[in-house]
Amino acid sequence: MALLIRNGRVMDPASRTDRVADVLIRDGTIAAVAPNLSLPQAEIFDATGLVVAPGFIDMHVHLREPGFEHAETIESGSRAAAAGGFTSICCMPNTKPVNDSATVTSYIVERARRLGAVNVFPIGAITKGSAGEELAAIGAMKAAGAVAISDDGRPVMNSLVMRRAMEFARAYELPVIDHCEDLNLSAGGDMHEGRLSVRWGLRGIPAASEDVMVARDLVLAEITGARCHVAHISTRNAVTMVEYARQRGLAVTCEATPHHFSLTDEEMLPYDSNYKMKPPLRAPSDCSAVVDGIAAGTITAIATDHAPHAGSEKMQEFESCPFGIIGLETALGLALDRLVHSGRIALMRLVELFTTGPESVLRLGRGTLAAGAPADLTIFSTDFEWTYDVNQSFSRSRNSPFHGRTFRGGPVATLVNGAFAWRRS
Amino acid sequence: MPDGLLGIEELNRGSIEAILSRAKDFQPLQSQSLKKLDTLRGKMIVNLFYEASTRTRTSFEIAAKRLGADAVSITASGSSVTKGESLVDTLNTLAAMRPDAIVMRHAASGAPHFLSRHLPTPIINAGDGMHEHPTQALLDARTILDRRSTLEGLRVAIIGDIAHSRVARSNVHLLSKFGSEIVLCGPASLLPRELEQLAPGVRLTTDIREAIRHADVIMMLRVQLERQHEAAFSALEYFQFYGLRLEHLDLAKPDAIVMHPGPINRGRELSSEVADFQRSVILNQVENGIAVRMAVLERVIG
Repeated sequence: MALLIRNGRVMDPASRTDRVADVLIRDGTIAAVAPNLSLPQAEIFDATGLVVAPGFIDMHVHLREPGFEHAETIESGSRAAAAGGFTSICCMPNTKPVNDSATVTSYIVERARRLGAVNVFPIGAITKGSAGEELAAIGAMKAAGAVAISDDGRPVMNSLVMRRAMEFARAYELPVIDHCEDLNLSAGGDMHEGRLSVRWGLRGIPAASEDVMVARDLVLAEITGARCHVAHISTRNAVTMVEYARQRGLAVTCEATPHHFSLTDEEMLPYDSNYKMKPPLRAPSDCSAVVDGIAAGTITAIATDHAPHAGSEKMQEFESCPFGIIGLETALGLALDRLVHSGRIALMRLVELFTTGPESVLRLGRGTLAAGAPADLTIFSTDFEWTYDVNQSFSRSRNSPFHGRTFRGGPVATLVNGAFAWRRS
Repeated sequence: MPDGLLGIEELNRGSIEAILSRAKDFQPLQSQSLKKLDTLRGKMIVNLFYEASTRTRTSFEIAAKRLGADAVSITASGSSVTKGESLVDTLNTLAAMRPDAIVMRHAASGAPHFLSRHLPTPIINAGDGMHEHPTQALLDARTILDRRSTLEGLRVAIIGDIAHSRVARSNVHLLSKFGSEIVLCGPASLLPRELEQLAPGVRLTTDIREAIRHADVIMMLRVQLERQHEAAFSALEYFQFYGLRLEHLDLAKPDAIVMHPGPINRGRELSSEVADFQRSVILNQVENGIAVRMAVLERVIG
C-alpha cells in the first residue's frame, strides 16, 4: 500500500523545508520527500497548488465521551477534527466520569483506536474528579496513554495542590496545562467584564481572573521546574507575563484559540450563546495582544478548545447556557484569515503553530515529515473560497459563531497514518 | 422580528416623545369613572412574569384592559417552568395561541432579546435581569415632564445599586437622549467605572451629597439583595451612607422631586420621612405607569 502526494508545496517546519516536492507514503509512514518521486503501483494524489504539511495537532479539544455522548463522541469529534485538517487531537478530562484514572484513560484510548478518525491522545486530570483537592493517579494515567495533565474548566484553586501537581508532573515528564481562572474573581460571570457587560447587564469575567492565575502558575513553574502550558490565553497581561517568563528561560508555553485571535466582545451578537465561552471574548486590546503574541513567538500553538454542547443547552437565556463553542472545522480558515492573509505571520509560522508548536509541548513523535515518521499529513489550500455551514458539521453539536462565514483557504485532505481520514468532496 | 419594545437604548428620541405624548392623552382617563376604551378590542395580551412583581404586572394588566384588550397573566411558579420546560418552548407554546403581544419579565438579562429572534410575536420587555426596564424609564420621564417643561439640562441623580439596576440603565439611556445631566451614585462595588460610557452626559460619584447637590430629580433605587452574589455590606451601613434622608434634600434644588421605582424599603434606601415627603412623586409614578403602558401597548399592537 503506497501513496504518492505529488507536486505540492511541502512545508515541514521541523526540517525547515519549503519547496515543491512529492511525498511518498508506504505502510503508514513517510518513505521519502523529494521532487519527482515515482512508484508505479502507488496511488497518486495531485497536490498541485496546495500546501502539504505535517498533520496538524490540536492540543485542546473536548470529545464529551464518556458521559456526554449527546453532545459529541470520540467518533464524531475526531471526524470533525479530520475535516478541520487535524490528524492528532488531545481530549480534556472533563468527561463523566472525569478522566482521573488509568481506567478512564484506557477506555478513551481503546475507543479512539476502534472509532477515531484521527489520533486521539487523552489528557488526564490533575486532581481526583477535577475537584481541586487530591491529586489524580498521574503516573498510572501516563502509563495508560495520557500525554499531559489538566483540570481544564475546573482549575485548581489551591496553590499548594498545584505545586504538588507540578512536582509530580515534572518527575513524570508531563506538561501541566492550566486553564487559568481565579474562580472567585470570575464567579457568576458570563462574558468579559468591560463596557459591554455593563451595558448589557451581564456579570463580568474580569481579565484579572486570568492574569492572577497565570502569575501564580509562572511562579510555581519556576520553583518546581515543571513544564507549564497556559491554555487558551486571552488577555494582554497574561501574554506579557508568559513572554517575560520565557525570556527568563522558564519551561513555559501557551496556546491561543482561533476565536480569541479573531473575535472581541464588541463583535458579539448580544445574548447569543454562540459567543459565550471561557475565557470570554475579550476587549479589542486583548485580542490584538494575542495576535501580537503569536507574531512575536510568545504563543507557540493554536488550539481550538472545541467545546460541543447540544442545541438544547445553548438555546437558553444567556446566563443559563454552558460555556464553549465548537472550533475544529474553522480553525485553519480563521488562522489563515486573521494571521496570514492579514500579513501578520508567514505561512511557515502558521504551520508551526499547528505542528511543531504543540508537538514540542506534548512530545507525541509527530508533527514532522521526516522519513520514518507516521504519515500524518494535512493538505490545505491558501486561496479557495468556501463558506462554513455548521449544519453540515461532523460534530454532533452546532454551537459556532462562524456559521455562514466565508473563508479563503482551508483543509483539502487529511491523512492519518498513511490513510485518508477526510477529503474535501 | 416583529416590533415590540425591548429597551430604551434602541429607541430614538422621536419614538420616545410619541409614547410620552400619547401617555399624556391617557392621563385624564385614569381619574374618570368610566376608564375603558375600545382601541384594542379583540386583541390579546399575555403577561408572562418569571419574577415576582406586583406593580408592573398589575399595571400592564390594567393598561391592557383600559384599552379594551384581553389580558392573561402567567407567573412562573404556576406555569410549565416548574415542569422543566425551556423558556423557548414555553414562549413558542404561548405564541402558538396567537396573542398580539407578550409582555415579559425575566431574571436573565437579554432573555426577551434572545426570544425575539425566535418568535413571531412582539415582545414588550417588562424588565430583563440587570439590563433594561423600558416602561419604567418612560413612566419616570412622564412623571418628570408633568412637573418640568423639558428634560434637557435637568440634573438627575440616580442613587443606589446601579450595577444591578435595569431601572438605572433604562433611565440613563432615556435621559441622555434628551440631554439631561446624569449623576450615578452608589458604593464603589455597585458602581462599575464602565457605566460612564453607557451614554453621553453620565458622571459617577460615590458621595451621595455630591450627587444630590443642585439636583432637579433624585431617583432612589432599591437595593437588589437578590442580585448580589456576595454580601458586600450591611443594610445598616448602606442606609448610613446611601440612604436618602430629609436633610439631604437641602442640597438639591428647592423644587427637586424624589422618585423611586418601588417597592420601597423604608429605612434602607430612603427614610420614612422622605417617602412621605410632599415632593416625593412615588405614587404619581405608579399612576403614570398605566398611562405609559397604554401608550406602549397601543403602539406595539394598535
